Amino acid sequence: MMVDIEIHDVDFGYDESHIVLHNINLEIHEPGLYCIIGPNGVGKSTMVKCVSKIISPLKGSVILDGQDVAEMTHKDVAFKVGFVPAFSQDAFSMSVINTILVGRYNHQKWGSRQKDLEMVYKTMKLLHIENLANRSYNALSAGQHQKVSIARGLVQETEVLILDEPTANLDVKYQVYVMEMLRAIAIEKNMVIMTICHDLNITSKYAHQVIMLARPGKIHAVGKPEDVLTVENIREVYGINCRVYTDEETKKPYVILGSAIIGMAEDY
Amino acid sequence: MSENKLEDDHILSADVVNSVKDWNTDYSNDAMFADTVKDFNSSIMKKFIFIAFFLVVIIVVTSIAITVGAVDIGFFEVYEIIWQHLTNNVVSDYDYIVFEMRLPRVVAGIIAGAGLAICGVIMQSVLKNPLADPYTTGVSSGASFGAVIAMTLGFTAAFGSNSLVILAFAFSLVPTMVIAMMSRFANASPTTVIMAGIGIMYIFNAVTTVLMLWADSSALNQIFYWQTGSLALVKGWESIPVMFAVVLFGILISMFISGKLNVLATGDDSAKALGINADRMRLLCLVLTGIVSAAIVSYTGLIGFVGLVTPHIVRMFIGADNRYLVPASAIFGAALMIVADVIGRVIIYPSALPVGVVMSFIGGPIFLWMVIKRNSSAW
Repeated sequence: MMVDIEIHDVDFGYDESHIVLHNINLEIHEPGLYCIIGPNGVGKSTMVKCVSKIISPLKGSVILDGQDVAEMTHKDVAFKVGFVPAFSQDAFSMSVINTILVGRYNHQKWGSRQKDLEMVYKTMKLLHIENLANRSYNALSAGQHQKVSIARGLVQETEVLILDEPTANLDVKYQVYVMEMLRAIAIEKNMVIMTICHDLNITSKYAHQVIMLARPGKIHAVGKPEDVLTVENIREVYGINCRVYTDEETKKPYVILGSAIIGMAEDY
Repeated sequence: MSENKLEDDHILSADVVNSVKDWNTDYSNDAMFADTVKDFNSSIMKKFIFIAFFLVVIIVVTSIAITVGAVDIGFFEVYEIIWQHLTNNVVSDYDYIVFEMRLPRVVAGIIAGAGLAICGVIMQSVLKNPLADPYTTGVSSGASFGAVIAMTLGFTAAFGSNSLVILAFAFSLVPTMVIAMMSRFANASPTTVIMAGIGIMYIFNAVTTVLMLWADSSALNQIFYWQTGSLALVKGWESIPVMFAVVLFGILISMFISGKLNVLATGDDSAKALGINADRMRLLCLVLTGIVSAAIVSYTGLIGFVGLVTPHIVRMFIGADNRYLVPASAIFGAALMIVADVIGRVIIYPSALPVGVVMSFIGGPIFLWMVIKRNSSAW
């Protein structure tokens, strides 16, 4: 059981004169970890927010399991697609365990507390934060916040999970751990997990598919890491010279960044 | 991706594979998990104890409040008289004093305190702002305008004090309606709502000030008294039914949506992703608090402090989970209101201080002390 995602001819802009996404077409029919990469301001977050109906495209359609998102309620979408925002700071924070429990909102009913708590507990263990259970969310470090947010996304048990920069505030160990874990979860649970990512080598190692966006808000390439992370693509999209090797052990491309090309690809 | 087996994926390390497999296993009999559940349940128990404690405070203080006055009535005698009245078995001479003169004020205090407190909780939660209170969207300025019209343009003289209540109620709804209409053109983000509230407040206050410039000194006295707010403005049982119905409705709806408020508190984006239309939800909450606070202030005048501070104090004790914060604040707000009113009536007896003043005098320093003492958890 998994969700089909189809994005057809999607344009998005906050107003008509400032279009962020141009004619996005993308189809996802297989489970796995999908990493979305691209320079700042290229519309990565905007694209995934269209999928979870946080924003609605100006033109085109997003289809989940053959159903147009525009015709679904927020609640319908919420049952299929989970979303973890890039950063969140709650004005009045609850304990970590309660904060994660909010992710169970759509599963909660009378008498489900034990089951919800079990899911929360297991997920805290998975992210190694079970010792923070009774701490206040706002008293945590940025990296701990991040893990709590990821946990809140995972306990939703949706077939699609979208994470906006899940590794942003994490140290190297947890950047690797979280991405590896997301890859494993996608396989084990037949989920589509989409993450926005900035580290090309972590993307290369863990992504099943890489979606590369380029200015001014269009898809530049989609495919396996070895097909997308090429010297040419990286130069065109990021405006940076690099060398790409194939790692002996993983057989994945390994990117060594060179110098930035000034005056290129900064037309925004 | 055709392999679809954790073990076959050469990228994954054994540790991660085991962790993820562990995530799928049944933990319902795990000892550590049992401890976590126990901690969680005991934290909920603490919240219920808080609520129960202040329920008792309300019951005790109700009686104390009724003993205060020119005629001496004993503490337990009060319960006896109330019981006799409720069982249609009136024997005491003091029945009229207790039931018609003193009890309405206490009941009004309980209703007003509970109502203003939940309005404060909802406002702070949906506007994500610790300085929000029931009056943030301009309810107070609208009500004030209506009341001043009634007192300066001779409505109260011509049609009695009900005209004041009606005008105050009608105008106190105006700011909320304006904000709701504005949000069709702009949006309903917390910043928009707060800014719009401030704008409307200035407009209303300007007109109110103009009216007051023309008012005579006895009207000014009345206006000043009304704007400070007092339970003495409540005129017997006739004031109670409407206020009670609206506040009860408000509390029930708030309890019903309190889980949604928790979701909304995680931010608009993640609330939408969890299936809640954030802007619409916020507007509904504003309309609800608008109506509830309007129904209260049009009878009691502008009682401050309770709506702003109750949620903070309660959060310090039981945390920010709205499912418990809403009922606990209602109970605490009611208790705070009647305690402050009793103190205001005895402290300079036979004269009396308005309840808002007392709350600020006593509550202000306590609140400052708590701000210093707190362990950053409430904010």
